[in-house]
Amino acid sequence: MKTETLAATGIEVKPKRRRSFYREYEALILGGSAVLIVLIAWETIWQYGRGYRLDSEPMISALFFTGPSAVWQAFLNTWASGQLQSDLLHSGGNFAIGFSSALLAGVVLGIVIGWYRTIRLLLDPFLNAFYATPRIALVPLIIIIFGIGRLPAIVIVFLSAFFPILINTIVGVKTIDDDLLKAARAFCASDRQIFTTVALPGSVPFILTGVRQGVAHGLIGVVVSEMFVGGEGIGFMIAYSGQTFATERIFLGVVIMAGSGILLTMAAEKLQAHYSRWRPQR
Amino acid sequence: MQKLDIQNVSKRYWLERESREVVACLDVTLSVADGEFVALVGPSGCGKTSLLNIVAGLLPYEDGNVAIDGVKVVGPGVDRAVVFQHSGLLPWRTITGNIRYGMELHGRFPKPEIEKRTAMFIDMVGLNGFERAYPSEISGGMQQRVNLARALASDPKVLLMDEPFAALDAQTREFMQAELLKIWQQARKTVLFITHQINEAVYLADRVAVMSSRPGRIKEIFHIPFERPRTLGLKRDPRFLEIEDRVWKLIEEESEFILTGNESGSGDSTATPAGAGVSGPRMGN
Repeated sequence: MKTETLAATGIEVKPKRRRSFYREYEALILGGSAVLIVLIAWETIWQYGRGYRLDSEPMISALFFTGPSAVWQAFLNTWASGQLQSDLLHSGGNFAIGFSSALLAGVVLGIVIGWYRTIRLLLDPFLNAFYATPRIALVPLIIIIFGIGRLPAIVIVFLSAFFPILINTIVGVKTIDDDLLKAARAFCASDRQIFTTVALPGSVPFILTGVRQGVAHGLIGVVVSEMFVGGEGIGFMIAYSGQTFATERIFLGVVIMAGSGILLTMAAEKLQAHYSRWRPQR
Repeated sequence: MQKLDIQNVSKRYWLERESREVVACLDVTLSVADGEFVALVGPSGCGKTSLLNIVAGLLPYEDGNVAIDGVKVVGPGVDRAVVFQHSGLLPWRTITGNIRYGMELHGRFPKPEIEKRTAMFIDMVGLNGFERAYPSEISGGMQQRVNLARALASDPKVLLMDEPFAALDAQTREFMQAELLKIWQQARKTVLFITHQINEAVYLADRVAVMSSRPGRIKEIFHIPFERPRTLGLKRDPRFLEIEDRVWKLIEEESEFILTGNESGSGDSTATPAGAGVSGPRMGN
């Protein structure tokens, strides 16, 4: 296929030289070694500081600071007790339910609002106000309305993820090329066909930008809501460990949240790259 | 029997900004026979694109009648296909996907037939080897080939072309004209071709209709006598140049008409008193 294309254009292209192992994995090698060095330095400082005594007190107290090995130990302990799994499940469930309903509602409403100018103009002031307000500010209100337990946490995740997805979808639909619509109409496209062949695929890259932002906001929503509502979840684990001076568990919670953020964002970026193949390479 | 029949069609626009009516085309009558290639030329802004959009069913019209095979045009239809100046290709579909698109929307052909026709028209417009490329990966000339293939593959009775080569560079345009004639010779469609390039019109068409400046009317129709197939060399033939010159003179008259500001009197009345009234107080501030 590729060679045919080149033959057709009559351009002679030398076969690409195979990239070396290092070039292939440059980002991973450099990034990975940097992380490793920081971890080692962190552990060394912590071990040294813990052993070094000033006026018979350790220079670094386990109360205020911790090291990678202690975080690892906290992970093993909470895992063995089964507490970590149940917290993970709880938070993961809150996120999954809140985020997926935000995705569905954001895309559907975004397409409707983006498509119909009148609806957009009617809702614009509210959307702008909501988008500009930190959703976290609404947490006390949401707890009053939805009580305690899972529901308020899910609602907060939903609200956090919903607006970035909605706003990006609206922009995606709004910026659809008029020439494409004109061509589709000339070929007798029905409204449904215009939706499935022009409006939806044209806004996919925007929707995925919204998804990426929605993931980040949704994770904040998980932590904050569980800190407020309490009872269960990674957010609660962080808050509770803070109150009980279990510093290594705070770190464990933070590391878990950071890890989930990285993984989910990477997945969203992969999706985005996949659905943007047709865009001009820059 | 005329394939495409345009009878006394007029189109008026209401210009919101200037709150006045503009007549895009006035009492246009033009018919195109089955298998005939008719080009429509005229000074810019003469309403030729409006006319094409009316025939395509994209623009409503109040006065007159447009019919294809005697059936009145009331909206877009499977009996017509349009090749636009801007290709309007779906950027997320490959060349193959774009050529299929018109057929998919029409829903006239069963799936295997769509596949067969897609392959056939890729071949006809010479895009073999680019089946899986995206529109952003190919040149403007190639994009217009895809645009043409998409229209032809949907098997219209009438092919409408709206300055399809206007955005291409001069060389590519020449080659595309020759290519279009070759393809037209095979497909034998009834074509209404809009252009502002006189030599393009004379080279391609059986008849060239010249429109006046706004409000656009058909001013004169030239029969182009040259036998087919035509080569690009024809453009340097003295007989060709003579016809081109006659068409050009006609359009030149029309253009001067616009430049001297004698456009149906309406320009004068808005320009003087209203203009002075608005600019006066602004200058004072």
